[in-house]
Amino acid sequence: YTWDANEEYLFKAMMAFAMRKYSRKRTTQISNVLLCNVTDRVSFWFVVTDSSKNVTTVPGSEVEAAIRMNRHRISSAFLLSDKTLQFLKITSTLSPPVEPSTPVWLIIFGVVLCLVVAGIVFLVVAGIQQRKKKNKESTERENLEEKGEVAVTVENGIPCEALDLKTGHVNGVFAADDERFTSL
Amino acid sequence: LSVPPEIPKEDGRPKWDNKFQYILSCIGFAVGLGNVWRFPYLCQIHGGGAFLIPYFIALLFEGIPLLYLELALGQCLRKGSIGAWNTISPYLGGVGVGSWMVSVLVSLYYNTVLTWVMWYFINSFQEPLPWSVCPLNENRTGLNKECYESTAVNYFWYRKTLNITPDVTESGTLQWWLILCLATCWAIVYVCTIRGIETTGKAIYVTAIFPYLVLTIFLIQGLTLPGATDGLAYLFTPNLSTLKNPRVWLDAATQIFFSLSLAFGGLIAFSSYNPPKNDCEKDAVTVAIVNSMTSLYASIPVFSVLGFKATTGYWDCLDRNILSIINEFDLPEESIMRQNYTTWISFLNSSYPEKIAGLKLKSCDFQEFLDQSVSGTGLAFIIFTQAIILMPGSQAWAVLFFVMLFSLGLSSMFGNIEGVFTPLLELRIISKSIPKELLSGIICLICFLIALCFTLGSGSYWIDIFDRYAGSLPLLVIAFFEVIGVVYVYKIKRFSKDVKRMTGRKLNLYWQITWRFISPLLLLIVFVAFVILQIQKSPSYAAWNPKYEGFPMKEEKVYPPWVLAICVLLAILPCVFVPLVALFQLIKRMRRSKEPSFVPPEVFSCQGANG
Repeated sequence: YTWDANEEYLFKAMMAFAMRKYSRKRTTQISNVLLCNVTDRVSFWFVVTDSSKNVTTVPGSEVEAAIRMNRHRISSAFLLSDKTLQFLKITSTLSPPVEPSTPVWLIIFGVVLCLVVAGIVFLVVAGIQQRKKKNKESTERENLEEKGEVAVTVENGIPCEALDLKTGHVNGVFAADDERFTSL
Repeated sequence: LSVPPEIPKEDGRPKWDNKFQYILSCIGFAVGLGNVWRFPYLCQIHGGGAFLIPYFIALLFEGIPLLYLELALGQCLRKGSIGAWNTISPYLGGVGVGSWMVSVLVSLYYNTVLTWVMWYFINSFQEPLPWSVCPLNENRTGLNKECYESTAVNYFWYRKTLNITPDVTESGTLQWWLILCLATCWAIVYVCTIRGIETTGKAIYVTAIFPYLVLTIFLIQGLTLPGATDGLAYLFTPNLSTLKNPRVWLDAATQIFFSLSLAFGGLIAFSSYNPPKNDCEKDAVTVAIVNSMTSLYASIPVFSVLGFKATTGYWDCLDRNILSIINEFDLPEESIMRQNYTTWISFLNSSYPEKIAGLKLKSCDFQEFLDQSVSGTGLAFIIFTQAIILMPGSQAWAVLFFVMLFSLGLSSMFGNIEGVFTPLLELRIISKSIPKELLSGIICLICFLIALCFTLGSGSYWIDIFDRYAGSLPLLVIAFFEVIGVVYVYKIKRFSKDVKRMTGRKLNLYWQITWRFISPLLLLIVFVAFVILQIQKSPSYAAWNPKYEGFPMKEEKVYPPWVLAICVLLAILPCVFVPLVALFQLIKRMRRSKEPSFVPPEVFSCQGANG
C-alpha cells in the first residue's frame, strides 16, 4: 500500500495510543504527535509533545518505553513486522522458538529403533525355528534308517520274495543250451 | 533295474535367488556416497565436461578390467577373498588378508557417516528445520555468537551434530545422540546382513533401487528451480586446458578405482555365490557402465541445486546491498531492483563516492558463489541442507534426500560386511556349529564398540584420517598384487581356460592386453604419484575453531607426530600382510622340504575347486 496522509494519521493515532497506555494519562491527543522530515523512503522523525506542560516534548526514553511495550500492536496495525517497521535505537527482544516437551527427533528415533529391533527379533526367531525343523527332520531320517536294517531288495517295486518262480513263466529260449555258448 | 536320477553336486554354499539380485548387489556396492558427492566435485574443479575424457579412459583401461578380474576370480574359485587367494597360491594369501583388513577398517568409519545421515534424517521432521534458524544466546538479546558469525547450517553441523573440538588431539566427550544413532545404524546393518546374502539379497531390492527414484525426483525438481541452468552450464562447460595438469588424470584414475569398490574383497565374495557357469564378462561391463552412468546422472540434480543455491545467495547479497543503499539515500521502495543495480551503483559511485564507501557494501559476484565447491560431507550436510531450506516443502525434500543417502551408503555397507563375513565363514578357525546369525551379530557388535571412538568430539577428524589413509593407498597396493597374481603367478593361460569354461568365450585381445600390461602399469603409476603427492605436502587438516581470528574460515593445522604415526600405520597395515604371509609360507615350505615325507602341493585349477 502507498504511504499517504491517511497512513500518517494512523501512525499518529498509534503513537498517541501507545503513550496513553504507557503513562495512563488521558491527555495525549493525535495533535500532540508531530512528524517531520518525511522522505520518499517512508522514514521520518517524530516527537510527542505534552500539552499539559506548555509545549515541551516528552523525553525520548518515555516514548521508547511506550513503543517497546506496544510494539506488536503498532506493527500489526500496519500489517508489518519488527523487521519491516523499524524504530531506530529500539532493539526488539527476540522470542525463543517453540520447543516441544520431548524433542521431535527422539520420537522419530524411537519409532525407527522399535522397527529395527522388531525386525531383528523376527529374523532370529525365524532362524531358530528353521533350525529346529531341520534338526527334527534329520533325526527322523536317522531313525528311519536305523529301523530298516534288513535291506529289502526290490525289483520294479515288488519285493523279490514275492516274485516266486512258480508263478512266473520260464522262457525256453534261454534254457541251458550249452553248445551255443562259447567256452571260455 | 531302476536307475536313481542324477543328483546335482551340492556344496552347501548359499546362492543368489536370481541373477538380478547379484547384479543389483554389485551395483549397490559400487554405487555409493562417492558417486553423489565426489564425482560432481571433481567434474567441477577439473574443467567440467573435459573431466569426462580422463574419466572414461581410466574406466576403459583400469576400471572394467580390474572389475572383470575380481568377478571372474570369485566365481571361479567360489570362496571369499582370503580363501580365494590362498587357493591361487599360498604365497599370495596375504592379498586376501589385506583385502579383509581394509574391509574391516572401512566398515568401521563408513557406518559412522551413515550415523550422521540418520541424525539429519530424524531431525528433518520438525518445522522449522533445526538447521535453518540460529538458537538464541543466554540472555535472549540476540543470536548465538558462534551461529551468528558462521551460518545456521554450519552451526547445526559442527556444534549440534558433531560437537567438534578445535583440535584432533582434544578428544572431547562421547556425544550421546550420536551413540544412539550409531547403535541404530549397526542394528539396521545387522538386520540386513543377519544371514549373509539370504537377507542382503532381499534388502538390496529396496536400497539399490530407491536412490534412483529419489535422484529422478530431485532431477525434476532441480531443473525447475531458478538458477539451475547456470549451475549445469557451469558444471558441464568443458575447459580442455585443465587436461594438461597431471593432477586431473590422477584424480580420474583414483576416482574410478574407489568408485567401483575394487580390492575390498566384497566383489569376490558376491561372485563366489554365483553358479559356475555364469557370464561374468557381461556382468562386469554392466556394473561398471551403470556405476559411471549413475555418477553422471547424480551430478545433474546436484549441480542444479548448487546453481539454485548460488543464485539465491547472489540475490540475497544484492538485496542486502540494495536495502542499505535505500536506507542511506532515502530513496523510495523498489526504486532499485536487481536488474538495474549495477547502473544505480555506478551512478551513485560517481556522485557520492564517500557515502558508498562508508556503506561497506559486499561485492556480489555470481561466479564467486558458483565457485564455492565442496565435496564430501560438506556438500551433503552444509551446502545441500542450505539449499533445501530455500525449497518449498523443505521437510519432504530433506527426508527424501537423507533416506536416499542412507540407502546409497547401506548398499555399500552390505558389500563391505560381506567382504568381512564370507572369509570368516570359510576359515576353519570358526567352527561350523556357530550359527550365521551369531557370527554376524558378533561382527556388528565389535564394529559398533570400536566405532564408538568416532562419536567423540574429534571423531570427524579421525574419519577423515581413516578415509584418506586406510581407504586409499592399501587398495592400490592390493589391486596391483591382484592383477600380478592372477596374470603372472596363476598364469593367464590357465585363467583363460577357466574363464572359457565359465562364459563360453576365450579372453579376447582387450582383456589380454589390459590385464597383462596396461592395468598393472596404470596402477603402479597411480600409486607412485599418490605417494609422491602425499609426501610433498605435510599432511594437514582444517579445524573448526570458534576462537580462531579468521572464523568462520577453518583453521589449517598440522597433524602431531603421534597422529601421523597412526596414519602411516593405517596405510601400511593391510599392505604389510602381502609380504608377511609370503614370507611365512616360504619359511613353512623350507622347513617342510627338509622332512623326508615331503609331498609337493598339488597343482590346482578352477575345476578342482568344486571338489
